[in-house]
Amino acid sequence: MKDTDNRPMIRIDEVVKKFGTFTALHGISAEIREGEFFSLLGPSGCGKTTLLRVIAGFEPPTSGKVAIGGKDMAGIPANSRPTNMVFQSYAIFPHLNVEENVGYGLKTRKMSKTDIARDVAEVLKLVDMESYGKRKAHELSGGQRQRVALARALVMRPEVILLDEPLSALDKKLRDQMQVELRSLQRSIGITFILVTHDQEEALIMSDRIAVMFDGRIEQLDTPEGLYRHPVNRRVASFIGVMNFLPARVTGATEQHLNLDIAALGQIKVPRHGIGPDFDTASIDTIGVRPEMLTLLADADDTAQMKVQGEVVDSEYYGDMTYYAVRLAGHDTPVTISMRNTAGRSVVPPGSKVDIGWGADSIVVFKE
Amino acid sequence: MKWLSAKWLAVYAVVYMIFLYAPVILLPLFAFNTSTIIAFPLSGFTTEWFIGLWYTDTLHIALGNSMFVGVTTALLSTLLGAFAARASARFAFPGKTGIVGLIMLPLVLPEIIIAVALLVMLNQLGMPLSLWTVVGGHVLICTPFAIAILSSSYRGLDRELEEASFDLGESRWGTFRRVTLPLVLPGIISSLLITFTISLDEFIIAFFLTGTDVTLPVYIWSQLRFPAKLPSVMALGTILLVVSVLLLIIAEALRRRSAARQGVDTTLAGL
Repeated sequence: MKDTDNRPMIRIDEVVKKFGTFTALHGISAEIREGEFFSLLGPSGCGKTTLLRVIAGFEPPTSGKVAIGGKDMAGIPANSRPTNMVFQSYAIFPHLNVEENVGYGLKTRKMSKTDIARDVAEVLKLVDMESYGKRKAHELSGGQRQRVALARALVMRPEVILLDEPLSALDKKLRDQMQVELRSLQRSIGITFILVTHDQEEALIMSDRIAVMFDGRIEQLDTPEGLYRHPVNRRVASFIGVMNFLPARVTGATEQHLNLDIAALGQIKVPRHGIGPDFDTASIDTIGVRPEMLTLLADADDTAQMKVQGEVVDSEYYGDMTYYAVRLAGHDTPVTISMRNTAGRSVVPPGSKVDIGWGADSIVVFKE
Repeated sequence: MKWLSAKWLAVYAVVYMIFLYAPVILLPLFAFNTSTIIAFPLSGFTTEWFIGLWYTDTLHIALGNSMFVGVTTALLSTLLGAFAARASARFAFPGKTGIVGLIMLPLVLPEIIIAVALLVMLNQLGMPLSLWTVVGGHVLICTPFAIAILSSSYRGLDRELEEASFDLGESRWGTFRRVTLPLVLPGIISSLLITFTISLDEFIIAFFLTGTDVTLPVYIWSQLRFPAKLPSVMALGTILLVVSVLLLIIAEALRRRSAARQGVDTTLAGL
């Protein structure tokens, strides 16, 4: 890691954005580090695109501040900011060819023709589009348009690249491929990327850190692993991956542990994982369990810290994985359990009575 | 039975075409005929009616008037149409549907009604009739056409394109010059040519609202009273027909070429 990696590139301070009577952003604060791949993740209408547009300079904040590279951006319009955007529609100029599109911004900088041609060729090579320079926008596929839009932003050598759902228009296979490409490109050039997406999987795969947004607020800002393993509340937990929720209550607490009584599972002592001593543990009424943190004990070799009885209600076969709906004794809603289809493990048919293995590590306690 | 219905459809199409274009073909036919009487059989070929037009001063004045009215109308209605098209394509505002509907209404309103209403109003206001009052009337009926043509241009102009240009460091004016204008220009030219053609051909409003200056259609109408002038009217009509068709072909070709360049649907449905 370079020592510049933790310097704040963008500082967002109490940004509020109102459209008439509708408040799109309720006092957002966050710091985005230099060279970071940062994602704004949330369902549509959560304010993530508005926040991106505030950073880009398309929407002035109603109140609050945005600073880029330590410089306050108040009053600085989009065309003077060190940011460039990759639009959701890609916004490739239809009357210009690929080279003219990519060189569009350089022309405003009064660069010589040869310098522009050199930079354009270089960046087209970077995105693997060097043989498409003379093509028009309508002669390009979705993935190629995406690359041109990215090249057009990259060639400006901005401090930050803003990406507004850049992969949402692509089919699944191409999207998976572009996710990997975009990520490795970002790593190799080291420019700060801010990605807006509603696709939690995309955010997890690509990001260094993710801000999960709901209703104009950041609910949680963490690394992908932090978000997945320790979601702060039910909303974040159910948005990121699959989560089973079970009623539970705290029966006792020590400095390191909480004693939980969980419906359908039983009693267990779990580590506090950031639940502070001031936290009102009596307010806890639900815990979360990820599907892969429960085990279907079908093989004789399978062992577990704790066991509970259940019945397989349904199964979904995904090839590498099987998702089971399992009804636990004393709990009406079936829980989801995922099992890797490793060698020798066959799909358990519905109706089978099985033992479910679980442990203290399986349990997620919410802070909110 | 299918072949039968297909055959009858073909017959219907041919009859329809004849009905549509036969009178138009008669115009050049008699324009080159030596006889002053408009009747078959044709008596011989001549270009004297066309040559005669060259020496008719009143015609030249009428043509000049029509050019003035046509060009002014085309410019004004295209300008107004561009404002309205941009507003309706880009912004949502209260009463939008109603306002746009009212603006488009002159498209289906009988011209005689518009002409009489305008005449009454101008008289009430005490405004003298002139070519300018004709321009006013023509702008009223041409603007809806301009809006219809330009709306499709502006709808094709994604807001994100202008934002992308701005984001890439271009100024507002530079964005207009390098992105907006090139993308709507074919629509603007198309609108100019079509509104000019409509104004050039328009008779009722021009007849009611003009003072002593006559436009070309009004001049033609006045000439119809003299049977001896009929062949030269035919010749003039032939020229107008050719010019109108040429302008419309150019307008459509421009629109299609730019649409093809942008990879959009090139059929008339896009209009």
